[in-house]
Amino acid sequence: MECLGVITMDKNNNTILLNIEDIHKEFDNTEVLKGVSLSLHKGEVLVVLGPSGCGKSTLLRCLNGLEKIQSGDIKFKDKSLTQKNTDWQEIRAKIGMVFQNYDLFPHLTVIENILLGPLKVQKRDKTEALTQAEQLLERVGLLDRKNAYPRQLSGGQKQRIAIVRALCMNPEIILFDEVTASLDPEVVREVLDVILGLAKQGMTMVIVTHEMGFARSVADRIVFMDQGKICETSKPDEFFTSPKTERAQHFLNIFQY
Amino acid sequence: MQNLGIRAIFEGKNFHRIFEGLFVTVEIAFISIIIACLLGIIIGLSRTTKSKPILIINKVYLELFRIIPTLVWLFVFYFGVTTALNVDLSGKVVSIIVFSLWGAAEMGDIVRGALQSLPRHQIESGKALGLSYFGLYRYVLVPQAIRRMLPGTINLATRMVKTTSLVVLIGVIDVVKVGQQIIESSRFTFPTASFWVYGFIFILYFIICYPLSQISKKLETKWNA
Repeated sequence: MECLGVITMDKNNNTILLNIEDIHKEFDNTEVLKGVSLSLHKGEVLVVLGPSGCGKSTLLRCLNGLEKIQSGDIKFKDKSLTQKNTDWQEIRAKIGMVFQNYDLFPHLTVIENILLGPLKVQKRDKTEALTQAEQLLERVGLLDRKNAYPRQLSGGQKQRIAIVRALCMNPEIILFDEVTASLDPEVVREVLDVILGLAKQGMTMVIVTHEMGFARSVADRIVFMDQGKICETSKPDEFFTSPKTERAQHFLNIFQY
Repeated sequence: MQNLGIRAIFEGKNFHRIFEGLFVTVEIAFISIIIACLLGIIIGLSRTTKSKPILIINKVYLELFRIIPTLVWLFVFYFGVTTALNVDLSGKVVSIIVFSLWGAAEMGDIVRGALQSLPRHQIESGKALGLSYFGLYRYVLVPQAIRRMLPGTINLATRMVKTTSLVVLIGVIDVVKVGQQIIESSRFTFPTASFWVYGFIFILYFIICYPLSQISKKLETKWNA
């Protein structure tokens, strides 16, 4: 597949893009993250699994500054993100995020949604950004909907557009926060296929999901979290066939009928 | 032929005077609405902060204008403030001040309500794109809030136009006052004048207010299309 605006990278390349060191996060005295450490290599696909409320979404949100952490450090390419003068606007343009509720801006058309970041934040040239946006739209099969408004699209289409919107910023990492959780089962696949395609191209991603089959096929590493901590980190096959911890075994059993 | 009261409207300079009065009404309403919108946007934006003092000041301001009748405010400014500060303000200026302040308070609440009704996700996905605070408001929140503000704003504007009829009571000669004068002066020549003159004024108010609600209807359907 042709590479469009996404850096293709050898997965054996050991550059660490993101280094998370012992981060703690609490909401109103309830500790949600109790010391999480993790590193993300360039081109790596990390899938975070765990029961609801285990802190996986919060972890993701801390990575692009939507939540402030109380202690610990996050380093993006050796640059600490916990400094007072951290320029989150600049970081967020490099660490994209796609949300559960495919939050497209309802007053803008598909193409306007996609171009808002490249034109207003990155101040890129309009023709160049438009060309990229159209190529990306074509790749997810939605070029013909570029002038539609979000309300005219199905959930699966909206989520694919949201992914394109994040991609068009040429981010170095994309965070996916349960992107299929509010979709109808029959359209989950079209969204997951897009993410799988990105993985094949070497996009660096952190994915929070409840789709176990998808997690297994897309992940380079599985991180299993419970009660605000990382319980285990394994290769996907290892994790799904012989999880090391009892909690992970219990978790996986829930998903088997 | 019967002595038709409708002729009172066209007697002498009456027709011309009614429109002069109407102009005063429209002038007060129009200037106040513009000022109210501008001030209201600032107030509405300021009410989305977390700063307690700003919130309290705004709340007190809004409640004062909601609880105390507009007529009382007109009296307070026209008789009270002018004597207390020893300034000389015409009834028209006082009317514009009071209507602007009242409108701004209500407008501020409309703006705040519209901004706060936007889903939190919108703010987050805007931030996730790297938008600055200004950019977030400029490109994401305000355009969406305006659509939600429209019905309330048009409603407020028509209420302001209608309430200008109170300015008679601080001596401003608006369209209603002119009507009264015409009726009184033609009491003997055209006894049924009041029906025709007030009927005519009714139509004039309708002509001013109706387009406002039509515009809002048009915009709403256009934005929802």
